[in-house]
Amino acid sequence: MTDMLSAAFVTVFIASVIGQAMPLILASVGETIGEQAGVLNLGIEGVMLVGAYSGFIVTLTTGNFWLGMLAGAVGGVVANLAMLVLNVWLGLNQIVIGLAITLIGEGITSVLYLQNNAKSNTSLGTAPALSIPGLSDIPVVGPSIFQQSGIFWVAIVLVIVAGFFLSRTNWGLSIRAAGQKPSSLDAAGGSVIKIRSHAVILGGAFVGLGGAYLAELTTATFTPFITNGLGFIAIVITMLSRGRILIVAITSVVYGFTVAVGPALQVLGYNVPADVIKMIPFIVVILTLIVFARSSVVPPALGAPYIRGAR
Amino acid sequence: MRAEQSRGRAAVDGLVRSILPVILALIVAGLIILAMGSNPLDFFAGVWTYGITGTNWQRSLVLMAPLVIVAVGLIIAFRGQLWNLGYNGQYLLGAVVASGFGPYLFAALPAWLATIVIFLGALLVGAVWSLIPAILKARYGTNEIITSLVMSFIGVGIANLLIKGPFKDPSTPQPQTAVIPDDQLLPYIPGTAIHIGLLIAIVLAIVAQFVFTRTSFGLRMDIFGASPKAARHVGINSTWMVILLFALSSALIAFAGAVDVLGQYSYQRANWDPHYGDAVMPFVFLARLSPLAAIPLVAFYAVLATGGTLAAQQAGLNVDFLLVIVGLILIFMTITEYVGEKRRLGQSYLPPGLRRTLLRPFQGTPSPRASAQERVGEPIPPDTPVSESAPETAPATATDPAPAPEARTS
Repeated sequence: MTDMLSAAFVTVFIASVIGQAMPLILASVGETIGEQAGVLNLGIEGVMLVGAYSGFIVTLTTGNFWLGMLAGAVGGVVANLAMLVLNVWLGLNQIVIGLAITLIGEGITSVLYLQNNAKSNTSLGTAPALSIPGLSDIPVVGPSIFQQSGIFWVAIVLVIVAGFFLSRTNWGLSIRAAGQKPSSLDAAGGSVIKIRSHAVILGGAFVGLGGAYLAELTTATFTPFITNGLGFIAIVITMLSRGRILIVAITSVVYGFTVAVGPALQVLGYNVPADVIKMIPFIVVILTLIVFARSSVVPPALGAPYIRGAR
Repeated sequence: MRAEQSRGRAAVDGLVRSILPVILALIVAGLIILAMGSNPLDFFAGVWTYGITGTNWQRSLVLMAPLVIVAVGLIIAFRGQLWNLGYNGQYLLGAVVASGFGPYLFAALPAWLATIVIFLGALLVGAVWSLIPAILKARYGTNEIITSLVMSFIGVGIANLLIKGPFKDPSTPQPQTAVIPDDQLLPYIPGTAIHIGLLIAIVLAIVAQFVFTRTSFGLRMDIFGASPKAARHVGINSTWMVILLFALSSALIAFAGAVDVLGQYSYQRANWDPHYGDAVMPFVFLARLSPLAAIPLVAFYAVLATGGTLAAQQAGLNVDFLLVIVGLILIFMTITEYVGEKRRLGQSYLPPGLRRTLLRPFQGTPSPRASAQERVGEPIPPDTPVSESAPETAPATATDPAPAPEARTS
C-alpha cells in the first residue's frame, strides 16, 4: 500500500486524470453551447472522431501539434455543418441527423485510418512540454500539472472564455434565449437561425478540439472508434450541468478520475478486468442519473427547430 | 374514382420516398469509393455476387432473421415515441443468455424445451434490462435517449464479462462460449440452409402489424405516441405505457440475439457486436414504422451487408464503410421527407405524431403575431393563408424554413 502514495505514482495518476478529463471538458463545452441554443447534437461522437482523425493526420504529417489541434477544430466544424444545414436551417429532425453524423463519422474515420495509416507508424510522440517556471519544481503537482503541453493551457483558457461569454455577455444571453424561448428572441429582434448557427459552428469547433486533444495528447495516436462512447458521456454531463461551465469541468474531472482509477488499480496489482474498467464511467453516469434524475433539466426548446409564426 | 387515383398516387409517392433515399445514398457512397481510389462498380458488383448469386442469397436471408426482429422491436418503441437507442446492449445480453446457458440447457433438457426456455429467458432479460431507462422516463421524464444509450454500454460490458468469465469454454484459450452442437440448433427450412428463425421473424412482423393496425392496443399506442397528454385524457396510463413499450421493445431485441445465436452462430465470442440496431434504424423509418413494409427494406440491407462485407474487403475498404452508407441513407431520408413535405406530394411515411416530432415546428407557445391575431378573434389559423399562397416551387431559403405541417384533411 505504500506504493499507492509514492510521488511518481501520484504524478502519473494526476496526469492521467487530466488526460482523460480534458477531451471531455472540451467536448462537453461544445455540446453545452449547442444545447443551450436548443440544438441537441447526438452526432457529437462522430464529430469528435472526425476532429480526432483530422488532428491526428495533420500532426502525423507535419509533426506540429498546434496545427493538429487547429485541424481538429476545423474538422469538427465541417462535421457539424450537416447539423447546421439540415437541422438549423431546414428544420429536420435532430435525433436522426445526429445519429447519421455519428455513424458516418465512425465509418469514414475507421475506413480512412485502415486504408492510410494501419500499416505505418502511427505514434505521434509526446507534445513539447511547457514548464511553468517555479511552479513546475513543486514535487508531484509540478511534473503532473505544470509541465503539460501549452495546448493544455490554451484549452483551459478557451473553456473559461466560453463560460464567460455564455453567462456574461449579450451574445450568451441570446444563445440561452434561443434554447429557452426562441419566440422571445425573435420578438426582441434577434435571429434564432443566426444565433443557433453561431452555436453549432462554435460547438463543432470545441467538440473537434476535444477529439483532437484525445488523439494527440491523451493517447498520442488514433485508433478506429477511439472515443468509445465519450461523446454520449459528454451529452449526459451537459444535461446534468445545465449550461454551467464550472460544473461541466468538475464532472469531467470526476469522469477522468473514474477512467484513470482502473489502470491505476492494475498497476497496484489488483486484477480488474478491462471490461469492468470500461464500464465504470457508464455505471457512474447511470447512478448519477438515477440519483439526480430530477436535476437533468434541458432547455425547453431543445430539439425543436424554430419556425417563425408556427404554433 | 378520384379517391382511387389519389390513393394510387399516394402509394407511388410512398414508394418513391422509401426508395429514393437509398438510391441517393448508394450514389454518394459510390462517389466516396471513387474518391478513395477504388472502383465503385466493382463494389456494387461484389455486393450482387456475394449477396445474391449461387447460394449466397440464403446467407442474406439468414442475416435477415435477427434484423427483422430487431426492426419490430424498434418499431414498438418508436411508435410510442420512445427513443430506445440501447439496442446493442439489449441484443448482446439476449445473445449471451442463449450462448451462455445454451450448452447446459441442451445437455439437460430436450432440444425443443431448452429452446423455449432460452427464448423466454432472453425475452425476460431484455425486458428487465429496459426497466431503468423506462422508469426514469416515466417517473422523472429523464431523456430516454441518454439513459438507454448508457445502459447499452453497460450491457455490452456485462456480456463481454460473462463470456470471458463464467460462460467461457474451458477447452479453448479463446474468450468464447462453448459451442452448441449442430443438431440442437434451430432446424433448417427444408431444402435450404436457412434456419426457422426467419419464419419466426416474419410471423412476428405479421402479428405486430396486426396488433398495431387492427387492435385497440395498437390504437392506444398510436394515441400515446401522438400525444401523451391526449392519451391521459382518454384514460391511458402513461407511466405503464412507457414501461410496457420499452420492455416489449427491449425484450424483442434481446430475443433477436438469442435467435441469432441458436440459429446461426452456435457460440459467442467476446467483443462481438454486430450493431444490428444502427443498421436497421433507417429502414424502420423508411418503412413508416410498419413491420410488414420493413421486411423488403431489411431484406435489401441484408443483401447489402452480406455481399458488402466481402465486396468491401475486395475493394480495399473496411467493413465499417457500411456504417457510412447507413448514415447517408438516414440523411437522404430526412431530406427526401423534407422535399416531399414541401411539395405536398401526399402522405408522410410516419404516423402523424411521430412525424410531428421528426419535423417538429416550434411548438407550445404561439409567436407574437399569431397570438395577436388570436386575440382579435380571427377564426382562421394564422398560417393558413401563407401556406396556400406560397408558391410550391419557392426555393427553400435558409431563413425561411418549411411552413408548419398541418393536419391535412383528405
